[in-house]
Amino acid sequence: MTAATIERRSPLDGVRVTFPRILRSEWIRFRSLRSSWITLGITVALIIGLAVLACWGRESHWPPRDPGEALSFNPTLQSIGPGAVFGQLAVGVLGVLLVTGEYATGMVRATMAAVPRRLPVLVARIVVFAALMLIVLVPSVFVAFFLGQDLLSTKNIDTTLSAPHVLRAVFGGGIYLVGIGLLGMGLGWLLRHTAGAIATLFGILLIVPLLAHFLPDPWPDNVIKWLPGGVGGTAGVAVWDTHPGAHSLGPWAGFGVLMGYVALVLIAAAALLRSRDV
Amino acid sequence: MIEMTGLTKRYGDKTAVDGLTVTVRPGVVTGFLGPNGAGKSTTMRLILGLDRPTKGGVTVNGRRYDRLAAPLHEVGALLEARSVHSGRSARNHLLALAASHGIGASRVDSLLELVGLTEVARKRVGAFSLGMGQRLGIAAALLGDPAVLLFDEPANGLDPEGIRWIRQLLRRLAGEGRTVFVSSHVMSEMALTADHLIVVGRGRLIADMPVDEFVRRGTRHQVRVRSPRLADLVALLQGPDVTVRDVAPGVVEVDGMTSDAIGELAASKRIPLHELAPLEASLEEAFMEVTGDSVEYHAEVAE
Repeated sequence: MTAATIERRSPLDGVRVTFPRILRSEWIRFRSLRSSWITLGITVALIIGLAVLACWGRESHWPPRDPGEALSFNPTLQSIGPGAVFGQLAVGVLGVLLVTGEYATGMVRATMAAVPRRLPVLVARIVVFAALMLIVLVPSVFVAFFLGQDLLSTKNIDTTLSAPHVLRAVFGGGIYLVGIGLLGMGLGWLLRHTAGAIATLFGILLIVPLLAHFLPDPWPDNVIKWLPGGVGGTAGVAVWDTHPGAHSLGPWAGFGVLMGYVALVLIAAAALLRSRDV
Repeated sequence: MIEMTGLTKRYGDKTAVDGLTVTVRPGVVTGFLGPNGAGKSTTMRLILGLDRPTKGGVTVNGRRYDRLAAPLHEVGALLEARSVHSGRSARNHLLALAASHGIGASRVDSLLELVGLTEVARKRVGAFSLGMGQRLGIAAALLGDPAVLLFDEPANGLDPEGIRWIRQLLRRLAGEGRTVFVSSHVMSEMALTADHLIVVGRGRLIADMPVDEFVRRGTRHQVRVRSPRLADLVALLQGPDVTVRDVAPGVVEVDGMTSDAIGELAASKRIPLHELAPLEASLEEAFMEVTGDSVEYHAEVAE
């Protein structure tokens, strides 16, 4: 703590902000927080663990008492469905926390003082988060699928990636989870409060579809298919459903709608980030 | 160099900063003084582009902060409000900020050394004391070796040794030719640290002058005089601005004349003086004198 000299200029030539450097800064931020890894670990554990649990439970009670249930059995959804439904909450929370954690602790002041143009930070955080989630979650859903099918094969009720729509659905499961994570991150930028952003995300995914059911026919189906995700029949779930229902959008349209919501929230967040005081 | 021109910030109908026009120059420590709520922290946030001005503007080295190519290299800031994620280690916090500018890990480690945090560099910041947090903030401010430094209440939470350390650091940084802008509501601290003062109250500029001039202007000059022939002397001390006050038998305090003038007057009339002492007003008193009307929240005295 005694007077060490502070070096001037020379070792810091070429110092300036560039987008690749902001990306690197964002990666350091992600990897240096224990909470990032814990939440990501929970997401992966839910995707894989629930597939094992659901498929093990199914094959040990096979055949079902109701023959109709056997006819409508969908081995793909049995393996990846529970993980997608519960994993979406975990990855959504992760997306929220990566942004609101900085607002809650005040770190955002240091962040925006270092990059006062602000917008590159938002873009870089999205890029790092989306890339990392793609790398981790898409393979996780495949692992869930294979482990699940392995369990179901004891009763010969498994399926393969080469069956119709299965490869698309399994890949879609990972993509869906990344999309919900980005929706959470967008809400985090928009609302800047952890509790508010998580409550809003869970409300969109779990409560809005429930409320839609109270509408008179044919409104429930017409509303639910345009919702971003959460439960069967929504646009997002069509991405990973092998056979989206007659009232639902197709997988590609569903993907488009989900990404539309993500884009909408992020554009609103970006506009506010530029104009609001930090 | 920091230049504010008509800098104004309103939150709703409350004006936090009201038309500040000030230049903060390099090579000296400039104190930014004012009571709590006077708009000091808001001004710091406006300089850093964290808040947008309602009117007017501020530039650093001639450019708006958000137009700088390497902000951390031009301006280092220690804000009063904590600006660190509590879940990250001190070293990772600095690495993350440094990475955005391409500043390397060796620079981070040498700064941790400078502020005395090497031993706890890998500990989570959430477990840090106020003083350690302050040292980390100072390391972050110095990261880009900036020519302009902003310190918002830097002595907060530091022990006496830490306060002495930061005072020496500020003086050394100014000695290296940097612009050092330090806010405080503790006048005695400023008296020891600053060369120049910018005083604000309720968001308005009250004074912009060297510290000694501020002390001289802001106070009434009094001289304590003791003499065996006091009555004769007092009879001579007449003038439009001169007042004489009895404070003890044989002792008066004279207001409105310098000790030089009183001494020469007494000598010319062969009046012996046993004591002739100019009473130095402290910066504290000068400050109270000047900002008395502008304190945002007066303590209400219960009746």
